[in-house]
Amino acid sequence: MNFDRLKEKLEILADAAKYDVSCSSSGGTRKNKKGALGDSSVSGICHTYTEDGRCVSLLKILLTNHCIYDCAYCVSRSSNDIKRAAFTVEEAVDLTINFYRRNYIEGLFLSSGIFKNADTTMERLVRVAKKLRLEENFNGYIHLKSIPGASDDLMQEAAMYADRLSVNIEIPTESGLKLLAPEKNRQDMISPMRYIQKGIIQYQDEKKILKKVPKFAPAGQSTQMIVGATNENDLQIIKVADHFYKNFNLKRVYYSGYVPVLEDNRLPSLTTEVPMLRENRLYQSDWLMRFYGFKAEEILDPNIPFLDLEVDPKLSWALRHLDQFPVNIQTADYQMILRIPGIGVKSAQKIVSARRFQVLNLDHLRQLGASVNRAKYFIDFNAGNPFLKYLTHQNLKKLLMGGRSSKFHNQFSQQLTLF
Amino acid sequence: MTTLLYDGSFDGLFTAIFEVFEYRYRDVEIVNRERFHQKNIFAETHEVITQTDKSERVLKKLEQNLGKQGVHKFLKVFLSEDSELEKVILSAIKQSVKNPDKNILENYTDTNIMKISKICKSVDRESHRMTAFVRFEKMQDDIFFSKIDPDFNVLPLIRKHFSDRYQDQKWMIYDLRRNYGILYDLETSDFFYPEEKLEIKNYQDKFHDEEKNYQTLWQRYFTKTNIVERKNLRLHVQHVPKRYWKYLTEKW
Ligand code: SF4
Repeated sequence: MNFDRLKEKLEILADAAKYDVSCSSSGGTRKNKKGALGDSSVSGICHTYTEDGRCVSLLKILLTNHCIYDCAYCVSRSSNDIKRAAFTVEEAVDLTINFYRRNYIEGLFLSSGIFKNADTTMERLVRVAKKLRLEENFNGYIHLKSIPGASDDLMQEAAMYADRLSVNIEIPTESGLKLLAPEKNRQDMISPMRYIQKGIIQYQDEKKILKKVPKFAPAGQSTQMIVGATNENDLQIIKVADHFYKNFNLKRVYYSGYVPVLEDNRLPSLTTEVPMLRENRLYQSDWLMRFYGFKAEEILDPNIPFLDLEVDPKLSWALRHLDQFPVNIQTADYQMILRIPGIGVKSAQKIVSARRFQVLNLDHLRQLGASVNRAKYFIDFNAGNPFLKYLTHQNLKKLLMGGRSSKFHNQFSQQLTLF
Repeated sequence: MTTLLYDGSFDGLFTAIFEVFEYRYRDVEIVNRERFHQKNIFAETHEVITQTDKSERVLKKLEQNLGKQGVHKFLKVFLSEDSELEKVILSAIKQSVKNPDKNILENYTDTNIMKISKICKSVDRESHRMTAFVRFEKMQDDIFFSKIDPDFNVLPLIRKHFSDRYQDQKWMIYDLRRNYGILYDLETSDFFYPEEKLEIKNYQDKFHDEEKNYQTLWQRYFTKTNIVERKNLRLHVQHVPKRYWKYLTEKW
């Protein structure tokens, strides 16, 4: 293996892949076989973090950045004058195995520019996964990008070897997609997703009856949307996400604040800032939908279609629904405790456990790890709560924002402590 | 006040706890013999001789009351090497014996229980970080070697993780601070306790020929996957605290 050439390829093809954010390794279920390599744990492990603060758990590379398409938002687009490179199947496999053996990564996230056509590209991706599984006995995590327009047969094979598959929606609205990627169409993106979704359901049914069925994309599917490349609003984005969660059983929808790297009059100018706070608010909304029992309609209104950048969406909801508060910490049900600003899933669970032993007060909540500065205005205790007089106060929002040590502390990433 | 002195082992601690009940000590503290400096010359001391049948009886009882997970929490507190570990464990066990039908470890308003919960959280966090931040380096004899120096004694907690994951390569993880490690030889993974500290000063000389290349590849990957426009060093350091940088190949 020519090390210098390999290094050069890696630099080009990691650089080109870095904007894709769907790179977590969670949801893996592959147990190692005796004497083999690799094990995917359900929660996934971030082995390091880039200097921009994002988790590195997978070797995230493109197989090639040659592409016949010309999507305006993509650095690999055909009209962009950049260095091109392509890994051989052997090289991609070798990097994965050797990085994995040194405990750098949880596995591989392999995507690709489209060379020749969808099927040729997909076939090459599948070959990497197949070699890893069958020849290298690799049980680590594999995430393959499904190429829009790839045939069902290839998708079937991909799902046998990969843990997760994804197609990036990229642009949340159809009109935006027409504008920025006129050669692509929604239908081509959705059909491989539909195929995999059907397969997963069938697999689950078979598993109920038969003990041994081959794995079929066991970590499910995910997708990604670029935020801020076109002028879509947050409500549209959340609705698209909700649609995919409901109708495609997606495991995750990722949001990627558009990083302006290309000069194009259809795109925001190169001096536009990356909308990181907006991206963060979208992730928070996403959590509310997935773990806090919020419906998409509760998070945003057609009248206010953008998320509040000043306060997180849960607090924003609370401020719009003061009539639902105060919540009695001793008696309220878990779902309602989850809706108290400043109380996350873990503290909510601890509250429900601890209150069986004792009547709780504010100090207890602090001990449990709740963010009391925020929660105190929304809670009622059996012994009363002096802060409640502020609940209907005109300046409640100000009061809450002043109470935070650092306004945007810890908010520029998808891996956050939320609420 | 009676001071029970034990040998610093897990079984020793639980033998001591057994004897607290056996001898009906009221005003009592349990102290690791190695860390014991007698302050009060009038205090009575009681030498505990480690007996696994006694410690096992306590552990069995605890498992009945608190489940396997509960016992695991005591192990984590023990491995934290916290200066108050004996005190909080004894307190929790007393509570559990009094309330056998309750999971007293969920009584988060009690200071000792809360302390256990906090310690477990820190220990969990560090063992999780160790599963992430261990970096193996391939040596000439094909062993993948890693040195660590965690704040808590987490090796026993991460053994299974690595044993499950790496079955077709020899590997070794060595705790520099505590001078012991785990060695997997393709058959079993066992703890080993060298008599002298392992000499690791020039161990790079014994790298496998290909090792440096893969390290370079990984470092280049790490640099290239970063998005400069989103640089946020504060967040970076929060996720990868500086004290761990010495483990990390990408932070050369
Ligand atoms: S098809 Fe994919 S790789 Fe090609 S230009 Fe469009 S987004 Fe980029």
